[in-house]
Amino acid sequence: MLGRTLREVSAALKQGQVTPTELCQRCLSLIRKTKFLNAYITVSEEVALKQAEESEKRYKKGHSLGDLDGIPVAVKDNFSTSGIETTCASNMLKGYVPPYNATVVQKLLDQGALLMGKTNLDEFAMGSGSTDGIFGPVKNPWSYSKQYREKRKQNSHSENEDSNWLITGGSSGGSAAAVSAFTCFAALGSDTGGSTRNPAAHCGVVGLKPSYGLVSRHGLIPLVNSMDVPGILTRCVDDAATVLGILAGHDPKDSTTIQDPVKPFTLPSLTDVSKLCIGIPKEYLTPELSSEVQSLWSRAANLFESEGAKVIEVSLPHTSYSIMCYHVLCTSEVASNMARFDGLEYGHRCDNDVSTEAMYAATRREGFNDVVRGRILSGNFFLLRENYENYFVKAQKVRRLIANDFVNVFNSGVDVLLTPTTLSEAVPYTEFIKEDNRTRSAQDDIFTQAVNMAGLPAVSVPMALSSQGLPIGLQFIGRAFCDQQLLTVAKWFEKQVQFPVIQLQELMDDCSSVFENEKLASVSVK
Amino acid sequence: MAAPTLRWFCPGRRFAFARVGCGSCHRRGPPTGSTSNGKRGQSSVAQQPHITAQKPRKGECEWAAVVGLEIHAQIASNSKLFSGSQVRFAAPPNSLVSFFDASLPGTLPVLNRRCVEAAVMTGLALDCHINRKSLFDRKHYFYADLPAGYQITQQRLPIAVNGSLAYSVCVGRKPSQMVTRTVRVKQIQLEQDSGKSLQDDLRSQTLIDLNRAGIGLLEVVLEPDMSCGEEAATAVRELQLILQALGTSQANMAEGQLRVDANISVHRPGEPLGIRTEVKNLNSARFLAKAIDYEIQRQINELENGGEILNETRSFDYKLGCTVPMRDKEGKQDYRFMPEPNLPPLLLYDSGSLPSGADPQQVIDVDQLRAQLPELPRVTRERLVREYGMLPQHSCALLNEVGLLEFFQNVIKETRAEPKKVTSWVLNTFLGFLKQQNLAVSESPVTPSALAELLDLLDRKAISSSAAKQVFEELWRNEGKTPAQIVAEKKLELLQDPEALERLCSSTLEAHPDVVMDLKKGNPRAINKLIGLVRKATLGRADPTAIKEVLERQLSS
Repeated sequence: MLGRTLREVSAALKQGQVTPTELCQRCLSLIRKTKFLNAYITVSEEVALKQAEESEKRYKKGHSLGDLDGIPVAVKDNFSTSGIETTCASNMLKGYVPPYNATVVQKLLDQGALLMGKTNLDEFAMGSGSTDGIFGPVKNPWSYSKQYREKRKQNSHSENEDSNWLITGGSSGGSAAAVSAFTCFAALGSDTGGSTRNPAAHCGVVGLKPSYGLVSRHGLIPLVNSMDVPGILTRCVDDAATVLGILAGHDPKDSTTIQDPVKPFTLPSLTDVSKLCIGIPKEYLTPELSSEVQSLWSRAANLFESEGAKVIEVSLPHTSYSIMCYHVLCTSEVASNMARFDGLEYGHRCDNDVSTEAMYAATRREGFNDVVRGRILSGNFFLLRENYENYFVKAQKVRRLIANDFVNVFNSGVDVLLTPTTLSEAVPYTEFIKEDNRTRSAQDDIFTQAVNMAGLPAVSVPMALSSQGLPIGLQFIGRAFCDQQLLTVAKWFEKQVQFPVIQLQELMDDCSSVFENEKLASVSVK
Repeated sequence: MAAPTLRWFCPGRRFAFARVGCGSCHRRGPPTGSTSNGKRGQSSVAQQPHITAQKPRKGECEWAAVVGLEIHAQIASNSKLFSGSQVRFAAPPNSLVSFFDASLPGTLPVLNRRCVEAAVMTGLALDCHINRKSLFDRKHYFYADLPAGYQITQQRLPIAVNGSLAYSVCVGRKPSQMVTRTVRVKQIQLEQDSGKSLQDDLRSQTLIDLNRAGIGLLEVVLEPDMSCGEEAATAVRELQLILQALGTSQANMAEGQLRVDANISVHRPGEPLGIRTEVKNLNSARFLAKAIDYEIQRQINELENGGEILNETRSFDYKLGCTVPMRDKEGKQDYRFMPEPNLPPLLLYDSGSLPSGADPQQVIDVDQLRAQLPELPRVTRERLVREYGMLPQHSCALLNEVGLLEFFQNVIKETRAEPKKVTSWVLNTFLGFLKQQNLAVSESPVTPSALAELLDLLDRKAISSSAAKQVFEELWRNEGKTPAQIVAEKKLELLQDPEALERLCSSTLEAHPDVVMDLKKGNPRAINKLIGLVRKATLGRADPTAIKEVLERQLSS
């Protein structure tokens, strides 16, 4: 049952094959079993069971609220949840219990979803590994998959297996791991430079970054307001569309959301791609790209071409400036957004009470990790009067050029762009931490982050397993507010590639009841 | 910083009350800058007017002072600029604080339509260009009563620019010698108010009240077109009246709804402007003028003694009557301005550009607001002068007291008495009583109707003016009686029976032959004595002119 997609389990609930409470308890039990993954910071067991009880009553009366009623979901721990601790994986907000729900959380709850808990991340979502939070790194469930372990045996690695676990990518690694390990059916991430798509690719799940302005940011603790978007992590494209249909739309509490009404939608099953034009941006063919990802990328392009789509090489000439530009804009907004954490109204406060200034300084030193402090420092530097024109204003101009690159490509007739999501498959933690956070972020965001500059929708869809047995995802980028078209193409692609389901039997040996649906859980590659 | 503080402090006290004298305000230099800046062709505005210290010592040159103002007016609105919290004065601490006001992470600003309309109306009333697109920015500084660590303001592109404010000042000794001056309005911007910090010295802690945090402010920036405290105070007063007429701000200085910072510098005429200081938080009209004049004099003294002026922020110590450097504003602040990413550009429309099919709740039509503008104080004053033949200073006086004009107009509506009479009664008697007891117009025990009735009695000569004063006093004691009742009870009505008056006159003449004789001998004052005697006999109820008429007729017959 837990291996099913959201749609499937929703149908099962409606047919009474399973009750919300049973489903909830199974997920809770799996969360306990997979605690070592460190996917969750807070497990909201009581809340979830209570919600399940309510949902069950509705089903009994035949008054289900819709597709999400009774469905276990998880939420990244940088979305405010009323009455549930929201930490951003930072000492600064340890113990902070928001008095209100983020709009997206409220919308999920209004649909009857069960909130299983708050998922792990890099501190304040600053990172690309989910390794830099105060609660420790998230472990990629694929580290424990049959697929990966078998390959490793073949390659006769003799190292200690447990110490060689893989990172999830980030910063929404907890959410990606939670969906990947079957502890929930959908999870919210946030995506500022690729934070939803990157871990989705590494964990073999679908990661959607909607168009900027389509989904409310109210209650999402910001990283970069002008780029942040709530992200959606699910096991298939249809599920992402279902969740998007519920989350999308104007929010009076977020002035940057679009006014046009948005309705829930169902994706059509595309049979003919001959009218589609797929763009392959040549600048994304970088030397750092692993040959395996590169060859999968070509295979995907060929797949479209062989089915009749027009596949053309396109140019996004300002791509190479994107990372530097992002660095300036991101750190500047971070410096500004983090100014509120002064220990006065909420969050951590140091013991120093010599003066208000001394209290601020000590509070912020104790509350933030080096990555956050480093970004605050850079951001304040860029915003100084003498630097503003040379850095911030220039970066904004470059941002406009990057956005225009996409506009030009789409105006030339391209419907969707096809790119890699990440440079390679997930790397072991020990490998990952050899580079610092900043270097890693700059490398890992390379394919994802220009999209945030331009506010476009993009989705990472898992394509196949690498030679090591690890998932590799590809990214589709759509026109602004053409999220539905983007997902339609992604759905077609998903159907063609038949990405294998993660096999976690070994991991789950002692809770076989959870995986009673062996058939579904072991569908293999075609 | 202790040394300079002391150095300025001492001479400061000595010269604290040395008037820079607005008597000399009108002695202006040529309006050097007005041609290049007189975009609306307004009456001569001296760009860099200069004034002289009142008693220049020998060999001392003239100094010109330049004063510019930054005025913060709290917008009169039900809720705050970016949140739904209520706006109310003197509510219990921290009782009007939304999650956004407390800067809880994840909260976002939502612009209050009413505040935008208030800014547009104020801009229109001050003849500003209303920017159809304006932007919001973040201004960063750490302060305990600024929860977000930044203030949302309009630094780059404010909502209104390039306006003007006309105000009248007396130039001579006579109050009727008034001239109109104009100060340019650089810009009007929307911004958030901060919270309040309260220092608890006993327990050495700071207490924060966020009720005020996030209330909408209009920052009105006046160019340095003023030259002394009185000009600045008058300009502020005029702005206050305009805001009150528009209803965009209650602009009550005592309640902190209107706060003024002044930029002040002095220079020798013909030379470039001097280094300026900023005097912050001038929260009463009286101290505003005082602080500016003090600061001008301090700068002059400083320069004449070979010192220099530092570009610094000072505050006015109203107990000592002098300005002192503000210690916590030492050192240059870099506010690290940045665009506010959570608020899209603020777009305004006019009847020509209004997008068709737009939701009226989501758009603001400048032309529509223009059509709704009430009569502005300057126009009201001109109308009063025109309609009622009033002296300009009387029209000023009527507008200067909250509610007085309305009171006046209500009296006018209900009485047949001459407007001049009404003006005199309202401004002298009525206002005099109010001032004496320190009451507001709204607290007056006398209603406009009662005064109108009283003036009617006076107008149809039912009572004498001295009796009218008496009635007014009775009315003020507020025993719920009408003027007519009081007149009847106190027997104050004028003698209306001509025969009775004839009788009283003849008996008076008979009883005082000596006075009659005196009169006949040619003493012109004797008639007054007779009139007085008759009035006494009528218990003051007869009109002296009528008495005189009767007496003269009886004497000549």
